[in-house]
Amino acid sequence: MRILIYVFCLVFGFVPVADAAGPFVFTAIPDQDESRLRARFDKIADYLARALEAEVKYIPVKSYTAAVTAFRNNEVQLAWFGGLSGVRARGLVPGSEAIAQGYEDQFFETYFIAHESLGLSPSETFPMEIAGKTFTFGSKGSTSGRLMPEFHIRQSFGKAPDEVFERVGFSGDHSRTIALVQSGAYQVGAVNFKVWQKVLKLGTVDEAKASVIWKTPPYPDYQWTIRGDVDDAFGAGFKDRVTQALLDMKDPDLLASFPRESFVPASNEDYQPILDVGKSIGLID
Amino acid sequence: MLVAVACLFLADLEITAVDPWPSMWRLAVGMATPDFTATDRLVEAMLHTIAFAVVGTAAASAAGFLLAFVFHSRLVRVLCAFTRSVHELFWALIFLQIFGLTALTGVLAIAIPYAGICAKVFSEILDESDPSPMAAVPVGSGAVSAFMFARVPNVWAHFKSYSLYRLECGLRSSTVLGFVGLPTLGFHLETAFKEGHYSEMSALLLVFFVVIATLRWWMRRELIPVYIIAALIILPEGAGNQSWSNAWMFFIHDLVPQPLRGVESWTAPVLVEFWHWAWTLLMTEALPGVFNTLVLTMIALVGTGVLTLAFFPLISPQFFGPFGRTVGHVFLVVVRSTPEYVLAFILLQLWGPSMIPAIIALSLHNGGIIGHLIGRFTERLTLRADSATGVDRYAYEVVPRIYRQFLAFLFYRWEVILRETAILGILGVHTLGFYVDSAFADIRFDRALIMIIITAILNIGVDAISRTIRARLRLRTAPETT
Repeated sequence: MRILIYVFCLVFGFVPVADAAGPFVFTAIPDQDESRLRARFDKIADYLARALEAEVKYIPVKSYTAAVTAFRNNEVQLAWFGGLSGVRARGLVPGSEAIAQGYEDQFFETYFIAHESLGLSPSETFPMEIAGKTFTFGSKGSTSGRLMPEFHIRQSFGKAPDEVFERVGFSGDHSRTIALVQSGAYQVGAVNFKVWQKVLKLGTVDEAKASVIWKTPPYPDYQWTIRGDVDDAFGAGFKDRVTQALLDMKDPDLLASFPRESFVPASNEDYQPILDVGKSIGLID
Repeated sequence: MLVAVACLFLADLEITAVDPWPSMWRLAVGMATPDFTATDRLVEAMLHTIAFAVVGTAAASAAGFLLAFVFHSRLVRVLCAFTRSVHELFWALIFLQIFGLTALTGVLAIAIPYAGICAKVFSEILDESDPSPMAAVPVGSGAVSAFMFARVPNVWAHFKSYSLYRLECGLRSSTVLGFVGLPTLGFHLETAFKEGHYSEMSALLLVFFVVIATLRWWMRRELIPVYIIAALIILPEGAGNQSWSNAWMFFIHDLVPQPLRGVESWTAPVLVEFWHWAWTLLMTEALPGVFNTLVLTMIALVGTGVLTLAFFPLISPQFFGPFGRTVGHVFLVVVRSTPEYVLAFILLQLWGPSMIPAIIALSLHNGGIIGHLIGRFTERLTLRADSATGVDRYAYEVVPRIYRQFLAFLFYRWEVILRETAILGILGVHTLGFYVDSAFADIRFDRALIMIIITAILNIGVDAISRTIRARLRLRTAPETT
């Protein structure tokens, strides 16, 4: 009898989910402070629903890969991506467009931080002394934690990070990069400057233990990307209305979820430098 | 054993941490002050975790049961070894491409590798059961009914206890699926952990420990159908909007090696480019990956063995009274249910990046699991009333009796350890799993596929070796009739 039930469940479990033209769905990669994601982003969904007069739903995702996948598969039509994930997503979905970026994203930076035992002081030029030390990136798919620091390392040393450093790790996240450098587990790390500023303000980092030794030149980072086919699915002019709604978002409470000062217009061309860098270091085919 | 000692010389072991104590202190404070209110929808996450585990494990047990009949076929064996060799997380990432963030993705990510495991274990249980009832079956009985009435009754108890153990593993896997975005406990656990919200992490871990520790009480056989139906209802609704064209794209485009995509004919330049692509992948990722993976798993395997022998007496009635055993159970639940990567992160802060944290974390985790199984097994041992006590009892009475089971379980865990090395990228140890993970992170499924195939071949090799060794040593997992 029980076997019959198992078999029933097996069959039942395999019934595929049917296609449905549902609500307008978006997701976001918050690179910091992922706590209470639902509560915070449901508020954004409410805001967009009011502005667009449509049903809007937020689904939480954990990783860059999952966000890009959801966007590619049309599970979400709008996404708040990092620079690299956005470039990848737009490469996979022809017709998709970057429509808005955070004010700060026009000149984003990565900070190289080092443990005090190295005795390094802040420098204007790339710190060549970090060769032979242990080094940690953030997440493998991060623009600020991986792509840009790797680019500058390769440019300065003419070698891959594996050959420059004694050991290369991927902490998986900016907060963990800071924790690992502060404890000296890794001697040097690359971190998103917004996250660094935030932990300084919160006082969870001890600057006597870990401090900034170099800042990268600015580059474009996070942006809202929308699929090209939303006008077909949700009515003519929908894309423009979404863009306008994002640019009109002024409530500090809503903006704090990203966290950005405001949103400004963006285009695919703004991210050409990211695409070039991604190709040059072999992260994008 | 010798192999592991040799591996110690090849492994990169180094202690480099400088100043771990402030963050260790924050972690300790966080663990001591669990905050159950920090997580939205904590109960929902717990129910989802259980639901994925129940449905996934049930489907896997059923499929494994059916596959066990045909397990003597080499094709089935290799296929099962393949499904087992891929970490649940990677299955989830694959199904994510096809079904999106739906319940089906989570269920299949558990059910498919587990079906491979169940098929193997069930078939081994069958092989080791007493075949004599078959001889008494009347001539002319159908093969199926002969099997059901002559063989199954013998092994049903083992199947059941094994399925229960699988369910515990299922709960762990289901938690891990949260890392890719399915709404289980792992979803919140990973966030809390990575952002250093240790009070929240502590609360989530406690919830998880309680679910695991009480499994024996709430999982009753007559309630299984109820649980399965309830689980199917509880399973989260996905985002929907799936289309078969996505799945189709995945197979005909994403999985095709990049130089061969959209190629009309196999011209010489295309082949040269493909050769170059494959060669680079092999030399820079596959070979170092295989080497690191083997070194790490061999040492971790021996570490697991040593810790198992230390752990199992903690819950064994041969050594401790009810109170001591309860403490032992709590300890083992904590050790085996704390995700390996949490252990690895803590140890990383203490000792710096190298293989050491990986080895200790894997050994603790797996030692906790086998220690639990062996400890349970000793409950069925009956010693003579005048047998020795203390260390003598341990060394001369109990260990010799459990040694064969111990080795058998250890060989099972070999391939599990191999799979688990995948999620330790934080340590800068470049195992095969590390490269599979990188390929997924780079959204290069063609590379992921190649690395997965290499992992699978390694796993099939390990499986073949452990089969041979087990056959040579005549090991059995079934309890001995003493």
